[in-house]
Amino acid sequence: MAPTKTASVSGRKPAAKSAIKSASKASAKEFTGKNTPDFGKDQDLHAYREMLLIRRFEEKAGQLYGMGFIGGFCHLYIGQEAVVVGMQMAQQEGDQVITAYRDHGHMLATGMSARGVMAELTGRRGGYSRGKGGSMHMFSKEKHFYGGHGIVGAQVSLGTGLAFANRYRNNDSVSVAYFGDGAANQGQVYESFNMAALWKLPIVYIVENNRYAMGTSTARATAQSNYSLRGSGFGIPGVQVDGMDVRAVKAAADEALEHCRSGKGPIILEMLTYRYRGHSMSDPAKYRSKDEVQKMRSEHDPIEQVRLRLLEKGWATEDELKAIDKDIRDVVSDSADFAQADPEPDASELYTDILL
Amino acid sequence: MPIDILMPALSPTMEEGTLSKWLKKEGDKVTSGDVIAEIETDKATMEVEAVDEGVIGKLLVEAGTENVKVNTKIAVLLADGESADAIGSAAPAEAPKAAAPAAAEAPAASAASAPVPAQPKVETAADPDIPAGTEMVMTTVREALRDAMAEEMRRDEDVFVMGEEVAEYQGAYKITQGLLQEFGPRRVVDTPITEHGFAGVGVGAAMAGLKPIVEFMTFNFAMQAIDQIINSAAKTLYMSGGQMGAPIVFRGPNGAAARVGAQHSQDYASWYSQIPGLKVVMPYTAADAKGLLKAAIRDPNPVVFLENEILYGQSFEVPKLDDFVLPIGKARIHRKGKDATVVSFGIGMTYATKAVAELEKEGIDVELIDLRTLRPMDLPTVIESVKKTGRLVTVEEGYPQNSVGAEIATRVMQQAFDYLDAPVLTIAGKDVPMPYAANLEKLALPNVGEVVQAVKTVCYK
Repeated sequence: MAPTKTASVSGRKPAAKSAIKSASKASAKEFTGKNTPDFGKDQDLHAYREMLLIRRFEEKAGQLYGMGFIGGFCHLYIGQEAVVVGMQMAQQEGDQVITAYRDHGHMLATGMSARGVMAELTGRRGGYSRGKGGSMHMFSKEKHFYGGHGIVGAQVSLGTGLAFANRYRNNDSVSVAYFGDGAANQGQVYESFNMAALWKLPIVYIVENNRYAMGTSTARATAQSNYSLRGSGFGIPGVQVDGMDVRAVKAAADEALEHCRSGKGPIILEMLTYRYRGHSMSDPAKYRSKDEVQKMRSEHDPIEQVRLRLLEKGWATEDELKAIDKDIRDVVSDSADFAQADPEPDASELYTDILL
Repeated sequence: MPIDILMPALSPTMEEGTLSKWLKKEGDKVTSGDVIAEIETDKATMEVEAVDEGVIGKLLVEAGTENVKVNTKIAVLLADGESADAIGSAAPAEAPKAAAPAAAEAPAASAASAPVPAQPKVETAADPDIPAGTEMVMTTVREALRDAMAEEMRRDEDVFVMGEEVAEYQGAYKITQGLLQEFGPRRVVDTPITEHGFAGVGVGAAMAGLKPIVEFMTFNFAMQAIDQIINSAAKTLYMSGGQMGAPIVFRGPNGAAARVGAQHSQDYASWYSQIPGLKVVMPYTAADAKGLLKAAIRDPNPVVFLENEILYGQSFEVPKLDDFVLPIGKARIHRKGKDATVVSFGIGMTYATKAVAELEKEGIDVELIDLRTLRPMDLPTVIESVKKTGRLVTVEEGYPQNSVGAEIATRVMQQAFDYLDAPVLTIAGKDVPMPYAANLEKLALPNVGEVVQAVKTVCYK
């Protein structure tokens, strides 16, 4: 058997000009970066701030985990920030978001409060689930965030159900369902693809391909590592997107959401991304080389890309960026202080919220 | 201000570890993300990354030190311009053993000795009165279930039914007969054969506020979907701190039909009834099927509604009322009696009613309770009866180990021990996969004779 080519970073750059095609033609186009639409100043500043918030929040969460304030499993989103931020920039009010357990970034991107998320991580009463959900199980009806799911792949069927409800109500909302390259091998993902295509449900399936399902690389886990093609058997178009470039994500999201809103049914966006940290806090990540991680960090960091653009274009000075950084550190510190000071849930909460 | 670097917890269970190696030395500059040390935990050797920028001012724990407690100060980081003097002379004294162990700061420790709060009691309303003179109509369980769905769909636009063959085929067991004609394909949705997937789609739609009725052609196939039923439907309300749940009904035939063999003949009563966050209904009569299915559709919680293929064609009296809804969680005394209590539900009632009739001829007056709902279980009604009769037999078709009867026996023993005049006997299916051969199948299921004998045994007759 021919070994699957381990794509180098440059080799796996996908088509940013999203060119949503019929499934039969969908392919991973070589991407030169030339066609990536530029952001305006406000967009770049917004993306910078949002991504930095996720980065700093996750670093703080890692720290609090190390100190024993956060327990259990804790999966950090560091490195993948451009994906949720770019998607969110394209969404409209009412669009639903659902994901698996690497979910802190998604929640912050939907506008959920850093305090509420961090306090849930520490299992306190001020958390989004009043301390009863934890890192992997958090929800916000107000922000249309439907979890936070701990079972790999389950959120794909659930997200398809959200899209079913949109179609049933004939509203204009689109469900955005995130899953990883690992979940992409679960059977229910394809059961869901089939129904979504059959019923033309308004859903964007986002494969966050960070190359590793826990410790198993895509090369060792999948016969078809171009996940944008995974819907082709159902006629679902798919596009590979440079998930480290927030502009490429936003551009692909715009087209994908429009595709869904116009009644054409589901679409797949494969986000080529990378997580810098281990799978969870207890993962030593021995399955990949330090060079690989370092190369991504130094050459493709989603936040650094925006930072350099802001400086190059003169849209922000070093001092202004430092001020933004300080603002964000303050928000994150405040959330950490709150999450440590807030009391645990009252013992009486043991028996609440089981049945309505 | 110098920043303390603490011994990190690097797994859900780690309390201490070995600081195997320092990768930076005093005076080295570090930036966020640099690996500064290696730590051996109970699971693996992990790298410790710097979170903040600065210069390593002091290493406080030597490389190779074992059993370093989580949260021990292991190094001090200096910010730009700070000198090592800023650390102060006291710092090196903070040796591992002197540092506070993580447990002292761990927030959860306080709960360990706290008393467990009492489980709140749930009051369930009694059955509604049926006005005198109400016409009773002989109805099959099949028609009763169909009528219940149709009435609720007329009442609430958010209710829809989905499943295999529910629409154009008119239902694999004809339970959804006529629904497509009345409500159209938007609300009566044929799915592909894809239990895991459509159960998840149903739960997702319910999380978005619709009220799906998900039909499983049989509950045997729902084992492919049980993750969505339990992990997604039953637990979301709790995990979301009450923000969102799943108002959904999973229904379909459960248990053995006839001669369909091991994979098509399992009773899931005890499986689902173990799960907090679910309600589980298993009716016997057509009236209960109708009144309880209507209640299940209106219920804001996920309800598993276990039907039975053999019962579908049986007829019972159903009151002709505009809106006949029964309370979930309430048992029904099927027959009053004083000598012994028999508790059953669903198809089990067919054995129980026949046994009770035989026993009556022999002068044994049995009180027969139809549980109707398995979760929440109406134990008070059972206990009241046992207080009167002192004897209890349970009847069901499911496997004997961890059966519903076993649960009832345990709780009656705990709550009404002094009233029992004999050990509780539990009649269940045999502890074997369902055989195909007609004679073996008969042997594998409970039978009337076993129930009669059990009642006689607890009556010492």
